[in-house]
Amino acid sequence: MSWIAGVGMTAYGKLPGRNTLDLMSEAATAALQDAQLERADIDGLVCGYSTTFPHLMLSTAFVEHFGLRPSYAHSIQVGGATGFAMVMLAHYLVEAGAARNVLVVAGENRLTGQSRDDAVKTLAQVGHPVYEVPLGATIPAYYALVAARYLHEYGITEPDLAELAVLMRRHATAHPGAQFREPITIADVMASKSIAAPLKLLDCCPVSDGGAAFIVSREPTHAARVKVRGCAQAHTHQHVTAAPALSELGAEISIAKAREAAGLAISDVRYAAVYDSFTITLAMLLEDLGLAKRGEAAARVRAGYFGRTGEMPLNTHGGLLSYGHCGVGGAMAHLVETHLQMTGRAGNRQVRDASVALLHGDGGVLSSHVSMFLERV
Amino acid sequence: MPKLADWTTGVEAILYQSCASCGKPQYFRRGFCASCGATGLAEKRASGKGTVYATSVVMRAATPETRAHVPYNIVLVDTEEGFRMMAHGANDLAIGDRVSARFAGFAGRLVPYFEKVN
Repeated sequence: MSWIAGVGMTAYGKLPGRNTLDLMSEAATAALQDAQLERADIDGLVCGYSTTFPHLMLSTAFVEHFGLRPSYAHSIQVGGATGFAMVMLAHYLVEAGAARNVLVVAGENRLTGQSRDDAVKTLAQVGHPVYEVPLGATIPAYYALVAARYLHEYGITEPDLAELAVLMRRHATAHPGAQFREPITIADVMASKSIAAPLKLLDCCPVSDGGAAFIVSREPTHAARVKVRGCAQAHTHQHVTAAPALSELGAEISIAKAREAAGLAISDVRYAAVYDSFTITLAMLLEDLGLAKRGEAAARVRAGYFGRTGEMPLNTHGGLLSYGHCGVGGAMAHLVETHLQMTGRAGNRQVRDASVALLHGDGGVLSSHVSMFLERV
Repeated sequence: MPKLADWTTGVEAILYQSCASCGKPQYFRRGFCASCGATGLAEKRASGKGTVYATSVVMRAATPETRAHVPYNIVLVDTEEGFRMMAHGANDLAIGDRVSARFAGFAGRLVPYFEKVN
């Protein structure tokens, strides 16, 4: 058994003057404080990666920088799925007895540490270097291809996708750390400039600076008792050209395995934290996970189902789409918010009941998936 | 047997591999069949004919060289030979269109470019 003993996170957005290690340190400090632990208590460290600090040994660099002496440390990389994959690894390390308190930390000055062109170019490299990248495809274009097909197969419209951007923005307005807090409308999304049809600017998450951290422990260290109930992964491909059919993507595989590992059903879930790099990502994942019927995610948004006071509050911090996306830390913000909700500390964003949460991360182009259930006991 | 060359090295051709064991075609070239692991692969030249699986007209490019081509249509095409490939296409292509490939210049390279056939 493992517990999410503490969480910490910076504001996301433009944070000039802070580099990767600074942002990691800030988040790690907050998580330690939240877990009421000291540096000396940390015997495991799991890091991700940073595109502005592409180090061969990020975890060791952080060990030295932050002043840790763990008996286990390394980094892992599965794109946007990294954050939850790190928690899954920490969970296994604790269960195996390899560590008592694992620090999971990420940070990146993705926005101010490089030009926007460099960010777009770096991210496009998840594409195939021989058969895709030379065509001038970008991450939005890879997802746009999926979006075009998904809209075609299931009769979804662009205004349907826009509903998800509007919802994430509405949620972000209540979080002081969110990068974008001005309310937007469907018309705003539809009028925003096209990036890669059918995706427009407001269908895409921003590039952000930020950092987030958790501590996964053998014992719950304070009153807030949130345990990892079960998790699973699925990896089906890397490149969109080689992706399976829409009905055979990894999210459906990982959620089925995670449900089994947790012994829970979707009907047990009270709060959802789902990866939302683009509106299409969120719409598809909600439907793949069983949080909405196929083609009906937007209708559920319109009915208030995923709102703060709805039946299944979703990404109440504003998600990647509005809280921001700083790389590995992007999805970790979903877990920080989930923890605050589960422990009754979300303030004006607090939902009625977040006793069981479902988290899902996606990396690449729907390539790598991690599904995870958390439970408050 | 001389190795065939394709658009990825500047030659006007689309190549694929066909597995002698399981018969599956694959587009990304490697020394074995990703489906069954067999190493007996035949390199073949594709007809360039297929059906549009998905399209996206790119308006925001990442480099000055590619930006000069905006807007350009990135397409996924299901080829007659049974493999899927990414390419460029005419801006008015729609999902389900029957298409045929020619080759065009893009950011200093040669890329496959699909157009509708009637």
